[in-house]
Amino acid sequence: MELTNDWYLVLSVAMFVIGAVGLLLRRNPLVMFMCVELMLNAVNVAFVALGTELNDVSGQIAVFFVLVVAAVEVVVGLALVVAVNRRRADATADDISVLRG
Amino acid sequence: MPTQFARISDPVTPPQYSLAGLSPLIILAVGAFLLIMFRSVIKRLPEKAERFATIAVGPAAVLVAWVVGGLVGDEMPLANVQSDIGTLWFALLFAFVLVVAGFFVSTIRVGFDAVFTSGTGLVALTAIAELWNDRHRVAWPAQFGERPDGLLGDPVAAIGDQFSFDGFSLVMAGVMVSAVVLCALLLDEYLRRERIDGPEMYVLMMLSAAGGVVMAGAGDLIVLFLGLETLSISVYIMAALHVRRSESLEAGLKYFVLGAFSSAFLLYGMALVYGATGSLNLHEIRLHLASVVILQDAMLLAGLAMLLVGLGFKVAAVPFHTWTPDVYQGAPTPVVAFMASAVKAAGFAALVRVFVVTFGPSLTNSGFVAGDYRLDWKPAVFAMALLTLLVGAVLAIVQRDVKRMLAYSSISHAGFILVGVEAASHRGTAAVVFYVAAYAFMVIGAFGVLTVVSGSGDRKTSLDDLDGLAARRPALALALTIFLLAQAGVPLTSGFVAKFQIIGAAVEVRSFWLAVVAMVSAVVSAFLYLRIVLSVYLGSPADDSDTSDNAPAERAHPAAGLAIGIALAITVGVGVIPGPLDELAREAVPQLFAASR
Repeated sequence: MELTNDWYLVLSVAMFVIGAVGLLLRRNPLVMFMCVELMLNAVNVAFVALGTELNDVSGQIAVFFVLVVAAVEVVVGLALVVAVNRRRADATADDISVLRG
Repeated sequence: MPTQFARISDPVTPPQYSLAGLSPLIILAVGAFLLIMFRSVIKRLPEKAERFATIAVGPAAVLVAWVVGGLVGDEMPLANVQSDIGTLWFALLFAFVLVVAGFFVSTIRVGFDAVFTSGTGLVALTAIAELWNDRHRVAWPAQFGERPDGLLGDPVAAIGDQFSFDGFSLVMAGVMVSAVVLCALLLDEYLRRERIDGPEMYVLMMLSAAGGVVMAGAGDLIVLFLGLETLSISVYIMAALHVRRSESLEAGLKYFVLGAFSSAFLLYGMALVYGATGSLNLHEIRLHLASVVILQDAMLLAGLAMLLVGLGFKVAAVPFHTWTPDVYQGAPTPVVAFMASAVKAAGFAALVRVFVVTFGPSLTNSGFVAGDYRLDWKPAVFAMALLTLLVGAVLAIVQRDVKRMLAYSSISHAGFILVGVEAASHRGTAAVVFYVAAYAFMVIGAFGVLTVVSGSGDRKTSLDDLDGLAARRPALALALTIFLLAQAGVPLTSGFVAKFQIIGAAVEVRSFWLAVVAMVSAVVSAFLYLRIVLSVYLGSPADDSDTSDNAPAERAHPAAGLAIGIALAITVGVGVIPGPLDELAREAVPQLFAASR
């Protein structure tokens, strides 16, 4: 079977859906961040695949920006998790519910 | 009117690169940098020297604003020396008066950070005002023929077609920078009371506003994304920065997780739009859509839907609003004021630029309407606006916590602004600009009063805690009443004019149902605001000893009082004389930026 560009898009959609579903179902904040990362990487795969298909470089360039922003988000997110865990060890998202919502 | 559609979507070619166009960004970034660098030095000085430094910030800001205004305003720096010297004398005189006043008014206890941040914001506002005056000076490109009479909002380029200022983004940037100025004054009070030391809040707020400015002027989806992330990540940290309060941390974490989730949706939408149109540049997307009929447009439509989800999260539109009440309740109150004003303004700026301008109506040279995707996104925005109006208004009523109430009311206000977006016309955009600007000051004022009265640790934010506020603090109670009445849309306040314009825009494009629902929602919300006002004026304080204990804490700090006063003056002033802001909003036409190649 030839590996066409479409398969990369399918892969990207699958990654995105796994990430989104994981974020909604899992309760550990760290795993939730990993799911966000998975979604952002799905975007990267989509950008590269589409850029190759269009023979256009701006899709590949976009990936760099996404990578940088994803790194920044992880830094902030981990800092938040550490701050929460310092107050309360082994916190899950269900325990963090002083605010009812 | 088709001519106005043409005005909205005809691209204009700004010069490739100009420092003047970047000046608001540079000012905010340099301000944040200087605050980090010199703040520790200032703090080590003896108290008197620190006070002097604080007082000196005012005149310094005036001088810097004068220099920046001259540099940005003139095409050649100092080209008009005569008038510049006149301004210089005025500025020096003003600075002198400020220094003298600063020495005499020894009771001023505003921190250095807050004054510095407000000063930076004022300098940035000067630059924005100069750019606004300069819009007419930008050369009209020859290939577009005769310069249309009355066309306003020629963009001032910062970096080619990637990031420019047109009238729309300038007004939105002005709203965001004004929010920085006012929220810095509120933060001074809050941080002092909560004993939080350090310049992080102010620095993050300036950086966040810089991100919002980038968002408002983005000509490219990736630039839009970078601006959005700069804005959001700073605000995530600001929401969580009160680390000793678990509510604040929780709010920060929730905002972060859902914000990152929505960013991923937004990005995937960008990727799909890129795949369908072959470009990330808004103008090139527009050109592509106008010249090519896309038969298999599933990818484009999916991309549009995901963009709408991502931006809907940012502006807290139903059904993507679930984070709002929790985050507004948990985050520090001045930060909430910033989120409800500046972040919302940036989100709506992006919504208008992507949906109304890029995927909106266009008129090609032959008069043939092409690439109009309004029919595809308008029903979705229609449904979102409808839900947002109703859910926000109805759920606000059942809350007991005032911050939660105002969170739901801000959702309902987002619904109003969405009605203006749905109109997708010149009048609709003008109404959006007007509403965003008017609402920013109302909401900063309302949360400003809450900052003052909520007591240490933001504990006293339930409706019962406001009981009898009028007896304890009549001035604050009156201010809160006016801000709430303005949000309810009572005549002689800016809220009335703003709601009127939105409904007018909806009726113009025959969205009668939205207009009706908007009015019903306004009536339902009025009940909520009157409930708060009733408790402020007629409720009896729960516990006398409690009030006497906390009476000093409820006094408005001079800085917070100044911020509330400014917001009040603008809310009432715009309500009584809506003309100037209305004119500003009408001239704030969003445009697409074409690169000069």
